[in-house]
Amino acid sequence: MDAAERAVLDWFPFDVARMEAIGIEKDWFRPAREQYESVPMMRTLAAAMPADGARILGLTAVDISIPMLSFLFGQAQFNGPVALVSAARLRQEFYGMPADESLLLERLTKEVLHELGHTSGLIHCPETNCAMSLATHIGLVDMKKPSFCNGCGLQMVRRMSALQG
Amino acid sequence: MKNIWQILVVDDEEVMCESMAAWLREDGYSVDTATRGREAVELASRTDYAIYFIDLKMPGGMDGIETLMEIRRLHPEASLVIITAYATVDTAIQAMKEGAQEYIVKPCNPQEISMLVSRIIKVKNLQRENEILRKKLTKQYNFRDVVTKNARMQDILQLTQDISSLRSTVLIRGESGTGKELIARAIHYSGSRAPEPFVAVNCAALTESLLESELFGYEKGAFTGAGAQTRGKFEMAEGGTIFLDEIGDISPKLQADLLRVLQEKAFYRVGGGVEVHVDVRVIAATNKDLQEAVRQERFRDDLYYRLNVIEIKIPPLRERREDIPLLTDHLVERISRELGKEIAGVSEGALNLLMDYDWPGNVRELENALERAMVTSRSRVLTEADFAFLEREVSAKRAWSVPGGVTMEELERRAIIATLERTSGNIKEAAAMLGIDRSTLYDKLKRYEIQR
Repeated sequence: MDAAERAVLDWFPFDVARMEAIGIEKDWFRPAREQYESVPMMRTLAAAMPADGARILGLTAVDISIPMLSFLFGQAQFNGPVALVSAARLRQEFYGMPADESLLLERLTKEVLHELGHTSGLIHCPETNCAMSLATHIGLVDMKKPSFCNGCGLQMVRRMSALQG
Repeated sequence: MKNIWQILVVDDEEVMCESMAAWLREDGYSVDTATRGREAVELASRTDYAIYFIDLKMPGGMDGIETLMEIRRLHPEASLVIITAYATVDTAIQAMKEGAQEYIVKPCNPQEISMLVSRIIKVKNLQRENEILRKKLTKQYNFRDVVTKNARMQDILQLTQDISSLRSTVLIRGESGTGKELIARAIHYSGSRAPEPFVAVNCAALTESLLESELFGYEKGAFTGAGAQTRGKFEMAEGGTIFLDEIGDISPKLQADLLRVLQEKAFYRVGGGVEVHVDVRVIAATNKDLQEAVRQERFRDDLYYRLNVIEIKIPPLRERREDIPLLTDHLVERISRELGKEIAGVSEGALNLLMDYDWPGNVRELENALERAMVTSRSRVLTEADFAFLEREVSAKRAWSVPGGVTMEELERRAIIATLERTSGNIKEAAAMLGIDRSTLYDKLKRYEIQR
């Protein structure tokens, strides 16, 4: 939570309020895939957003997916207020390695920036070290820096100032 | 450039449609969805999508294969991808037979689908590029390359069109890099001489004797090394146009020879005794003040008046600054294609910098500066940092050019924009550099409505 909050404060003109945890429904679980459907989670987050909020960011420990894809690190409403990041596949333990808290927090920061970037209308960036680059496996998450490249950073500022104005 | 490609996702499960569409939108594509085959065909009849993702099993009338066949009938070149939850050899064969390009089983690995989409789009881009190149070949030189909203330039373009089919000599004046040859080519290629050759000669690049044999050709044995009779540029341009660039630099002897060609439409090859007759339109260009050269008797007045039948004076870029944004967009798009690099444009700060610069080398210098910035830039939008090589001169100029009457608020607004560009949008760093706290910076962003 602290890492996510720091990422938001560094890059976005939002104040951060932490909300009560939202319970996960049993029927979101897909036993055949041992994963949770992200779409109902996104809908629940959208419904839970406070009236004066600009964005709602959900963090979950469970592994998530959509019907078409075998897994997701996170999901966002493109140009919408809802973002979701799953820590399940950001943990070293998922890949049979010893736990590494600082690596987990760094990966989480990158994915939080990535999904919030999408909520602001940013698309995937071809720069592999930019937080907005598409990561389809954990190696690509690790190649990113926990920041935006010049181009994405600028676009973000413009969109944020447009939002404020 | 991705957003020019549209994708249609067809699946009876709304969750599947929406989540797949959302994922593709994050990648920059424009995506529509349909939950029925009939609906998909209707959408396809209105829009030519680059890729169609079609679920094989769909209830309610039209199944995946039927939908695929209908879309194929509408768009024979479409890229069709069949999605299924169960891989069976029979359905795969059937789908391929009906023209599906790919066949994927859900759920599929994000990397697999990302590669599939980029593979298809790469082919689409190549097809599109091929189309553009074909078009370019047929109308390579026309007024399209002269990008302007400047009134003087528009008058020049109109004049260029009006005189394109005349035989009159044209003198184009303008600083180097203003596009004199471009205008000359535009005159040639839009007139009746277009099917005939356009031959360009840079008169400043050669010594007097070399230029003479270059222009008029030479007979065998005319000088050491003249092994065979050789045609000069005037003969090569027969029926067409010869463009003599840097005409102000030619020697008195060549001035006399040139005057003879203009008067008699005939000349002698170097070392030759037979008159060669030609029908060539002459367009000359110079960045020098020829009238002054005439006054100082460095340039023949009779040649000057022969050349100056129609005069076109191209203004330097600093006198048509309003064209800089247009030219920048045009050149960025063209250089992006040439370099194969996806650059979306330039930032507001960078554009301000380009507007403030004096461009002694004119459009050519702007083109070179953009290409240099695009080659070295690692982001999709060129920022002030990418033009650091211009900045020293501009900042010196800017330091002296803060106009009186600018409010403190305007100065503050500019300082904030410049700092945010320097920190690539990092609010915390920008606030620290500006010596104010984060919340004050937000207040100011809001107050000054800092946006595109």
